[in-house]
Amino acid sequence: MFKRLDRILGGCLCVLLLSCGLAGAYDYPFADPYVATVVGTPTEYMEVLPAEVPVKFDTLQMFPERDVPGILWNLDELRYSYIRQKDPAPLIFLIAGTGAGFNSPKMQLMQKAFYRAGYHVISISSPTHPNFIVAASTSGVPGHLEEDSADLYKVMQAIWQKHQKKMEVTEFYLTGYSLGAAQSAFIARLDEQEQAFNFRKVLLINPPVSLYNSVLILDEMLEHNIPGGLDNFKAFYQRIVNAFADVYAHGEDVQFNNDFLYRAYEYRKPSSDEPLAALIGTSFRISSENMAFTTDVLTKAGYVVPKNLVLRRHDNVRDYAKVLSRLSFLDYFRGIFVPHFQAQDPSVTEAQLIKTLSLRSLDEYLRNSAKFGLIGNEDDLILLPGEIDYLRDLFGSRATIFPHGGHCGNMAYPDNVSAMVSFFADAKN
Amino acid sequence: MHKSIEHKVRILTIALAALALLFASGCSVTPKVDPDIAYEPPKHKAEDYIKETVVYAADVYDPWEGFNRRAYTFNYYFDKFIYLPIVNTYEFITPNYVEKRVSNFVDNVFEFNNFTNNLLQLKLKRTGITLARFLVNTTLGIAGLWDPATGWGLPRQTEDFGQTLGHYGVGDGPYIVLPIFGPSNLRDTTGLVTDAVAFSVAGPPAWVDDDTTTLVFNGVAAVDKRHRQSFRYYRSGSPFEYDMIRMLYKSKREIEIAK
Repeated sequence: MFKRLDRILGGCLCVLLLSCGLAGAYDYPFADPYVATVVGTPTEYMEVLPAEVPVKFDTLQMFPERDVPGILWNLDELRYSYIRQKDPAPLIFLIAGTGAGFNSPKMQLMQKAFYRAGYHVISISSPTHPNFIVAASTSGVPGHLEEDSADLYKVMQAIWQKHQKKMEVTEFYLTGYSLGAAQSAFIARLDEQEQAFNFRKVLLINPPVSLYNSVLILDEMLEHNIPGGLDNFKAFYQRIVNAFADVYAHGEDVQFNNDFLYRAYEYRKPSSDEPLAALIGTSFRISSENMAFTTDVLTKAGYVVPKNLVLRRHDNVRDYAKVLSRLSFLDYFRGIFVPHFQAQDPSVTEAQLIKTLSLRSLDEYLRNSAKFGLIGNEDDLILLPGEIDYLRDLFGSRATIFPHGGHCGNMAYPDNVSAMVSFFADAKN
Repeated sequence: MHKSIEHKVRILTIALAALALLFASGCSVTPKVDPDIAYEPPKHKAEDYIKETVVYAADVYDPWEGFNRRAYTFNYYFDKFIYLPIVNTYEFITPNYVEKRVSNFVDNVFEFNNFTNNLLQLKLKRTGITLARFLVNTTLGIAGLWDPATGWGLPRQTEDFGQTLGHYGVGDGPYIVLPIFGPSNLRDTTGLVTDAVAFSVAGPPAWVDDDTTTLVFNGVAAVDKRHRQSFRYYRSGSPFEYDMIRMLYKSKREIEIAK
């Protein structure tokens, strides 16, 4: 009798658990935000998207008169990609995250998802990417959300002008991830005045709230997590290489492909988050180095290269790379960025500039405009405590916040792809 | 047959001599400093940051950097105007299914090098797997167009002579960017040439012994190789791409040799 009751109760419990599971579960595989950010979404967990899409590449010259030093010779034309639908359809612009090009893996993911959903797609590099700095940045000094967004807006119009005869567009959408999301907000506001596109809907994916706070977090991830400090970076790097060698030699059928990091992680789980944080910091530092060097050479800022030294195409730049590897984004901010704006207006202060580099400066607009949507993660690593709550408060019911995924780690996960695409699909109908 | 081998060896020797000449003419890479100009020191000077006592990950022995940087740019143009247009045409006219068959076929023919190098490293299990793969794929896989062996738990055991040398402790030697072939070093270039000679003298081309067939195969293999390699010169956008690739190449080979 009791046994039977047990079984019935047990059965009920199972059904209950299962239904809860079906209703609320988010099964993205990594609960640790550092793992999520580094490993991303392994193929077996990824949304299945078309392997090949009819993407086309093109270039654009925004400043044909610009005198580009030899060392930056291959960056003077802005590269971008587009995909055209055969029939009339909405056109969506995608803006890449910090340091990323128009063709980064995350951009390709978004491009495929939106192409499959039936949109024309145009993908644009981040204004912090060296190609954008040289070919399309008016000042050559990236990092200022409003100015960079104005540059992006000009680029979007130039690209649109080039392709409008061959694209039948019903309406315009805009989205970006990470820094590209923050810029999307500023572009949308500019578009309210200029009305070149009249964006119907704009989606922000994993945006920073304050750019300044986020770069400080990322600077520290490198500086605080290399055992023995940055002088011992080589030892840290070699340990990673050796670990990879071990995985490659002894792991079962491990190959150098998109899943290598995942296989490496599965085979040799790090005992703490420190090496993962250091890797995220390294990746950000590399983006910062590329950006600062490009700006320094282009604007003759005298940051690491002597002002009046012209670097030629094949000159050795190893020493500059070594110096830059020790300089943080904050160094760039104080060494190039602030002086650039103070040269234009001596009364401007560092604190004032920091204030403009934040979604908070658009609070009222973002709070009240129905065209916005937000996708975020509870454990996004580039946000300070409280900043995710600010986003939740700012966007209210327009926000979709996933319980984990770190910074952009879960973008390829089916729930995320469907949240991203359905936000616009609702607008279409 | 002997005549044809002599011929091939001669071509290789000429190619190597030409390469040596190019290295000898190595060009300067130090930024051009004009003694008449006073250079304003930058805000962050190299001497304040670079320490003698610190080992840098970016430091790879590269005495021929002047030549290498130019070869890197040459490869960019070669890709742009010759190699990639051919590959793109190939990809355009060939269905993915056929491309896959071609890749399998090429891999199967080159199992010869995997076999010899696994054997030279006395990795007997892997040598055995390679031999079994070749037999299975050549017969059941119909001349290697299909790869049933991998599905049977006989995965490909890639080894080349550069790895064999590395296995026995030969160091990298100077970094070299080979025209067309790309990043390499003295050890791996030696390996590349040795593998090519062994392949043509004792491998499948010698078994077939028909110059036209070999020529066609080499052409197909070259196109197939670039088709499968997604790397594009100067696409990272980084002004430090040359340095970055040099560092990554070294690490990648370390990882491959350790297997």
